[in-house]
Amino acid sequence: MVVSRGFRGRGRRDDSGRVPPGQYLTDDFPVLSAGPTPQTSLDEWSFTIGGEVDEPRRWTWDEFRAVPSETVTVDIHCVTKWSKLDTTWEGISVDTLLDGVETSAEHVVAFCEGGYTTNLPLEDVTSGRAWIAFGYEREPLDAEHGGPARLLVPHLYFWKSAKWVRGLALRNEDEPGFWERYGYHLYGDPWREQRYWGD
Amino acid sequence: MEPLDGNVAGGMLREVFALEVTAARGRCDGCGAEAFLAEARAYVDAPGLVLRCASCDSALLVLVRGDGRVWLGVQGLTWLELRA
Amino acid sequence: MAGAAVLGRLTPAAPLAWRVATVAGVREETPRVRTLVLEVDGWPRHRAGQHVDIRLTAEDGYQAERSYSIASGPGDGLELTVELVENGEVSPYLVEELVTGDVFEIRGPIGGYFVWDPEEGGPLLLVGGGSGVVPLRAMLRTRPTGVPARLVYSARVLEDVIYRDELDRLGSDVVVTLTREERDGRRSGRVGADLLREVGFGPDDEPRIFVCGPTSFVGAVASALVDLGHPPERVRTERFGPTGR
Repeated sequence: MVVSRGFRGRGRRDDSGRVPPGQYLTDDFPVLSAGPTPQTSLDEWSFTIGGEVDEPRRWTWDEFRAVPSETVTVDIHCVTKWSKLDTTWEGISVDTLLDGVETSAEHVVAFCEGGYTTNLPLEDVTSGRAWIAFGYEREPLDAEHGGPARLLVPHLYFWKSAKWVRGLALRNEDEPGFWERYGYHLYGDPWREQRYWGD
Repeated sequence: MEPLDGNVAGGMLREVFALEVTAARGRCDGCGAEAFLAEARAYVDAPGLVLRCASCDSALLVLVRGDGRVWLGVQGLTWLELRA
Repeated sequence: MAGAAVLGRLTPAAPLAWRVATVAGVREETPRVRTLVLEVDGWPRHRAGQHVDIRLTAEDGYQAERSYSIASGPGDGLELTVELVENGEVSPYLVEELVTGDVFEIRGPIGGYFVWDPEEGGPLLLVGGGSGVVPLRAMLRTRPTGVPARLVYSARVLEDVIYRDELDRLGSDVVVTLTREERDGRRSGRVGADLLREVGFGPDDEPRIFVCGPTSFVGAVASALVDLGHPPERVRTERFGPTGR
């Protein structure tokens, strides 16, 4: 390892136990994108729950914002090795959106404006583990960070917290999403360092 | 944040190609546009490198590196012209 | 392309290994821009327009990688010119902290598209915005006297003009335009079709064209050149900008 004297990056190691293995703590909020930032008009925005369900559900922006939301403070961990603690989000629990939806599906694909997708087990977006977030640090979520709304699943690596989310498709099979098809882990638990395919 | 172009991916792509592949021409499978890979829109701040067609934004090539392994996806390219 | 160069675009290349670069000297170009003079064991001769990747490692193992264009001409050693990026992670270290004797990792030279070899001939039309002038200056440095060249260089203020003395010595081959101030004897305004038509080579001269700078600059200039009648395939582009990597 060739160390450059005096270089300190944006991240730092942390021994508090709140930072998963291999991660560096940061105070910034880096913007990582696989494609252009969509500019969505709220008039055109909708969120859909579909796939293997008895009846699909759909919300316009106004309908969506009328659903009870909550504010949560969580730690987030990006597979590119930065972690940020105590981030505050406002959003609607996915449990609330799934309330009354009948399904035997065990998997979910989040699909997004611009074509990004990611896959998760249904149980990882329920039981209070996931939100559709529209506010960050008490402001509306910036487009570059996923606004108008993104999926928020803090217990998994942050590529699973899909930006510009437009819906959840419930599936009987686990279908790898964008990064999962290109080498990232199907599940993505930061505490077991499940970064890459087969880890 | 405006994307850069494929030139910036030259070093990363030399990890998998034995040629200066950003100087290769490719055809986009999405829209048929032909261009040098150096002219593609490059998203390098992602969990991996994504090169997108400057005409239609389809993902041409995706490169993920980690843990000593490298994954290359080129299904967005109909072809890459590898001999000038 | 006419006049096939000895080196093709896709030249089979040796695997690119990370090597150690030692800082042999630094040179302040402007208040926010610095040139690093580097020594790298066994550095091969590069081509004008190529760049390098550098990698910095902190004591705790944290790493950051960035790319920089080579400022020196082929055969003139290895120099990089770095601009300080506001709130950057790497450029403040390179521009403000690094001293002679310091080391980092480097790989290269990289690039086969945005390159110019003298055997290709000219004329050369070079258009640079901000630090986009760096690879273009490497091209000017390798240009033999017989090859006509024009550089159109856009900077915000006169103080930001990199390599000012060297470029001023090239007389009317270089046109500097300032976008944020007016100065006697200097042009003002952005680089657009009017300026390019006035001072650049026209399509009939069949110039090889290289445009480098921030993404929005490159897009606007490339469009203007095509509007002036230059075939798109004669316009080569390289976009600079801050990256998080």
